[in-house]
Amino acid sequence: MRNTEQQRISLKLAGFEMLSLCKLQLEKALEAFINHDEDLAEEVIYMETHVNALDLKIERDCENFFALHNPVAKDLRFTMSILKMTSELERIADHAFNISKYVAEEEKKIEPFLMDLLEIKKMSDTIDYMMDYIAVAYEEKDVKIARKVFKKDKILDKINKKSFKIIEVEVKKDTNLIQHSLILFSVVKKLERVGDLIKNIAEEIIFYVDAEVLKHKNKKEVLKND
Amino acid sequence: MELVLENIKEKGINLAENKTNKKNAKIETKGVKVWYGDFKAIKGIDMKIKPNTITAFIGPSGCGKSTFLRLFNRMNDYIEGHRMEGKIKVNGKNIYKKKIIVEELRKEIGMVFQKPNPFPKSIFENVAYGLKIQGIKDKKFIKKRIEKALKQADLWEEVKTDLKKSALTLSGGQQQRLCIARTLAVEPSIILMDEPTSALDPISTAKIENLIIELKKKYTIIIVTHNMQQASRISDYTAFFYLGELIEYNITNRIFTNPKNKQTENYITGRFG
Repeated sequence: MRNTEQQRISLKLAGFEMLSLCKLQLEKALEAFINHDEDLAEEVIYMETHVNALDLKIERDCENFFALHNPVAKDLRFTMSILKMTSELERIADHAFNISKYVAEEEKKIEPFLMDLLEIKKMSDTIDYMMDYIAVAYEEKDVKIARKVFKKDKILDKINKKSFKIIEVEVKKDTNLIQHSLILFSVVKKLERVGDLIKNIAEEIIFYVDAEVLKHKNKKEVLKND
Repeated sequence: MELVLENIKEKGINLAENKTNKKNAKIETKGVKVWYGDFKAIKGIDMKIKPNTITAFIGPSGCGKSTFLRLFNRMNDYIEGHRMEGKIKVNGKNIYKKKIIVEELRKEIGMVFQKPNPFPKSIFENVAYGLKIQGIKDKKFIKKRIEKALKQADLWEEVKTDLKKSALTLSGGQQQRLCIARTLAVEPSIILMDEPTSALDPISTAKIENLIIELKKKYTIIIVTHNMQQASRISDYTAFFYLGELIEYNITNRIFTNPKNKQTENYITGRFG
């Protein structure tokens, strides 16, 4: 096998490793948050250094691939996508890390009724789906599956939009809920942001496979092929 | 020589007359086919090349890109068994018509080759060669034209104090720029380049590439290259040839980011060829 092809395959595998690692970090962080599992949260916090190391490794590999193999056409799009995708994944893992820190630092479990009101479980399940979609889309170069995340992201946006009002009402009813409400508000924001980052990754996969740029396009255009 | 010039004036076609008309294609080919004996080297190519652009011809060895390039100044005419069908128009005039005077055509369409090929003469004599062949004797005019050509070729500063020095004492990169100056001295409007930097080091290559980009303002340039990065760095349009056919022809940016044809993509990404 030619050296360029070997390097390309190894880059793709590294991208998949990053995707799997960050997916797992997020899954664990959400599980830890919902069940107030401090041990699981510590695991996420511990693994954060691995994510950062892999992020740096992929960045260096991409730099080498650009310099030594001068990729063009689909190879160029692929390398650019891996680079951007890794950066988005690293930010997703950062959110997982920060959510886990709330669990590790907060002694009491967040009020379950507040979690229900803010649909944290629904957000978590939606993100699970979205991460699964991009993992398959990346592996199979399937833009149809990648496009599925755009609709799912709307669910997260909707929950985020109404979260402020819900928290306002609950805090007015019981001021003892302020601390947990603030944590929850922050988590909802983080999960909404995670949705946007997953959307960016889907856009990168579409760019790599179809050379179609979705960035900064309006929502109707993005959803038209969904 | 004067007789030749007179003939050119009387019968020759002024190929440069549409020089400023940017809307027209500088070069246009229709159904061009070429045979070397029984071997069909070019299988019917239609192409339009715009004025003041750099067009890169790429493709694996033996794909017909050099053969196609050499058709534009009728360099293949001397090859035994060579036969051509179709039309090639330069400035709207068919250059394969009988009344075309090949010398006049080559004044309009200059060529730079893979290996620098200066004559074993002085730098001055090398650049003056084309003008003298045209029968120009006015020394002042020749001197002026040589200075202009050497300046255009970015060689003047390096050789201006020693124009009588043998051209063979120059470095490879300087020799190639001298050959470009020799081509420019007769003021063509089209320059054909057949792998002009393949024998040069990266610094000399960069100088020639910068020069080519600079020359685009005044000339239409077609370059055959095996160096994909060179094609992507300097050309406006890229044409990919394979087995005597023009597979894809588009703006360079498009070819190197999102080619339409799978064969083009496989070639430029190094998967075959």
